[in-house]
Amino acid sequence: MVKLFTSGQLEKFRQKILANKPGKRSISISCGTCGQARGALKVAEAFKEAAKAHKDKISIKLTGCHGFCEAEPNVIIFPEEIFYRNLKPEDAEIVVKSILDGDIADGLIYRENGNSFIHVHEIPFYKKQMRILSGKNPLIDPVNIEDYIAQGGYKAMAKALCKKPEGIIEEIISAGLRGRGGAGFSTGRKWEITRSQKGDIKYLICNADEGDPGAYMDRSLLEGNPNLIIEGMIIAAYAIGANESWVYVRNEYPLAVENVTAAIKQARELGLLGEDILGSGFDLNIKIAKGAGAFVCGEETALITSIEGKRGIPKQRPPFPAQYGLFGKPTNINNVETLANIPVIIDKGADWFAGIGTKTSKGTKIFSLVGNVRNTGLVEVPMGITLREVIFDIGGALNSETVKAVQIGGPSGGCIPQELFHLPVDYESLTGAGAIMGSGGMIVMDENTCMVDIARYFTNFLQEESCGKCSICREGTQRMHEILTDITEGRGKEEDLDLLKDLGSVIKDASMCGLGQTAPNPMLSTLEYFRNEYIAHIKEKRCHAGICKALIQYLIDPKKCTGCGLCKKNCPQQAVEGEPKKPYSILQEKCIKCGVCYDVCKFNAVGKENREVKNA
Amino acid sequence: MPKITIDGIDFDAPKGWTILDTAKFLGLEIPTLCYNEGLTVWGGCRLCIVEIGIGEQSKIVTSCTYLAEEGLIVRTATKRIIEARKMILELLISQCPTSKILQDMAAKMGLNQVRFKPKWEDCIYCGQCVRMCEEQMMAKAIGFANRGNKLKITTPFNVASEECRRCGGCMYICPACTLRCEGPKPENVLCGRCYNELQPTCLDSFDNYSCWMGLKGECGTCEREEAEKKKGV
Repeated sequence: MVKLFTSGQLEKFRQKILANKPGKRSISISCGTCGQARGALKVAEAFKEAAKAHKDKISIKLTGCHGFCEAEPNVIIFPEEIFYRNLKPEDAEIVVKSILDGDIADGLIYRENGNSFIHVHEIPFYKKQMRILSGKNPLIDPVNIEDYIAQGGYKAMAKALCKKPEGIIEEIISAGLRGRGGAGFSTGRKWEITRSQKGDIKYLICNADEGDPGAYMDRSLLEGNPNLIIEGMIIAAYAIGANESWVYVRNEYPLAVENVTAAIKQARELGLLGEDILGSGFDLNIKIAKGAGAFVCGEETALITSIEGKRGIPKQRPPFPAQYGLFGKPTNINNVETLANIPVIIDKGADWFAGIGTKTSKGTKIFSLVGNVRNTGLVEVPMGITLREVIFDIGGALNSETVKAVQIGGPSGGCIPQELFHLPVDYESLTGAGAIMGSGGMIVMDENTCMVDIARYFTNFLQEESCGKCSICREGTQRMHEILTDITEGRGKEEDLDLLKDLGSVIKDASMCGLGQTAPNPMLSTLEYFRNEYIAHIKEKRCHAGICKALIQYLIDPKKCTGCGLCKKNCPQQAVEGEPKKPYSILQEKCIKCGVCYDVCKFNAVGKENREVKNA
Repeated sequence: MPKITIDGIDFDAPKGWTILDTAKFLGLEIPTLCYNEGLTVWGGCRLCIVEIGIGEQSKIVTSCTYLAEEGLIVRTATKRIIEARKMILELLISQCPTSKILQDMAAKMGLNQVRFKPKWEDCIYCGQCVRMCEEQMMAKAIGFANRGNKLKITTPFNVASEECRRCGGCMYICPACTLRCEGPKPENVLCGRCYNELQPTCLDSFDNYSCWMGLKGECGTCEREEAEKKKGV
């Protein structure tokens, strides 16, 4: 590979790549971790086989995630941007043939509510999105830096290296970019504080320790477009005056680690990383630190101690990492998504960026939309879009009447009820409603979800993941979980609700780090908006959603039961009795309420009913 | 020297002093548990929290870690602080009701209810023993293992460590293993609360009638012992 010494050479290199690109059609196959899990690699093999004879007309690209998880494995045909969803290996030939014929494979295009959509931008899932960060994923082979450069990559870096660091910080401040890791602190201010610290040695860390269950936007960016993050890191490091930096990534993201490692190697070979980048005199090294899977290590101070090789526990601030961070040096930590925004801002200008979003929250945010929606996936929306638009227009909630709430911000986020879906998505509104922006998990829940059980579930996650250093978080989350478990198992008392509220507010107030300070959110928000469900569990011992196993029993409706015997066959406890062709029944004393009979019954004959629970 | 206001007292705190140092110097009482002058600060027990700033901007910080800075306004005993401390202590006491230090603290703070089920554990994970072992005894024989609800303090791989010299420093400093006296109601999570009546409480050893306060019967220990003696006879 040639080595680039000036920005002029980079530009020439880009022109050369573009000139070498023949005008052939390209098939982008979504091969992120999510796509691979649904067989994208097999589909890719089939495509390679099918297109073998037509190498002059068709090129195949294995890209990162396209965002539309529901449609995995999917492919996009460029330049027309034709979208094919849920492909199987045998579909490859049909698609290739349609490309050669200049046609569209009708059977494989995306359909929703009887309408069919051919192009990416027409599909409701993509229509309202603004994919300024994730939009390039389908165009880029993550392990080929030339693809990234062809898309205008490292242009922003070259531009930034000609400016003064103070100028870059000013630009980021005026763009109004705020940390995407959850807390929403102004990124430019953070850089300014780190830059203003005394001493020559400063560090930059990219926080890719994405631990929230159900959130994977950082993974998708790292897997799909690692060079974007590297470019952001170079600009950030230049602005704060750091020559050493780390990517702290979870070991559970093997593909992300692999792609970032490859990207760092290629950037180094091209002279875009290392000593004297593009003749600017600025040096930067990027190392990779792998996290061992503790949720709390996503917290800045815990992350620092983890890189130092110690037990990953938070430290009391102040001193802030910007003053006394990694190995005692001023350290700046930014989230993956925050860093991904940097090249975009430098490239397109602060004014352009500040024009997107609301007064206080600028730019876009990627959410992982999951739960009771038709279109699950990663959605990148401008700040200020309403929750309703995200959940109903993009997500296509299955039944608008039954949607109960949306849980935002991961395990320490809160539940927002449907009455508040008019709220705009920005830092202040979400915090005001008792949730947090967090890393951007969005779980849509319908009437079959028990809110007490949801609070219990997330609190359980937190009591296991609390580092245990500070008493109020460690004991508090355990006690919250204990009380919530009591309530879901029919042992709740009315005074428990007041205790939960008191306990929650103290945990929020007095905890050391962000984990504890947000830990009561799931409980407090459900208690505020769904108090009636708590009361029903405590007073009537009823779980309306039929989720809390201790409060329900499974019964077979003799009128509906056809006697097919499927439930009996599948019951692990031999709790179903009866003879074929006659209605079956369930022996309650043997039943462990695993719900298998309920799931397998094809005639809806198995029902959940609230049972009488004696007061404990 | 940074000028700070602490509970309404203006004071020039020497450089490097924490809020806790300043408060102690001024005789303002802030309860502490995981803090020890001879060890590095930990900030884990959260009992030494104070409120800094005023109005909407005020926030809670641990006084043992927060350095006095110019213009800082500190309040050590606001309603918000007292309630939070009580809740923290309630959690700790329900975890380890046998600790004398916690019981005394509860009596002093006026904590008169424990709404959580007692766990009767022996450790409150204040980490003093770990720091003692590492910083004063230079042994590093024990440390934290696991996290969250599985947290524990142990030797590496739970086997007897060669690093341990059996110096007993960990036991010496442990606030949880000093047993509380039984008091009149031994079965309760909270003890007899003698603290407010006769200070200091629970003297290590005492004769029946040589209570240092010259009292007889308030805490009940002497009377009970006498009764037991009679029974024995």
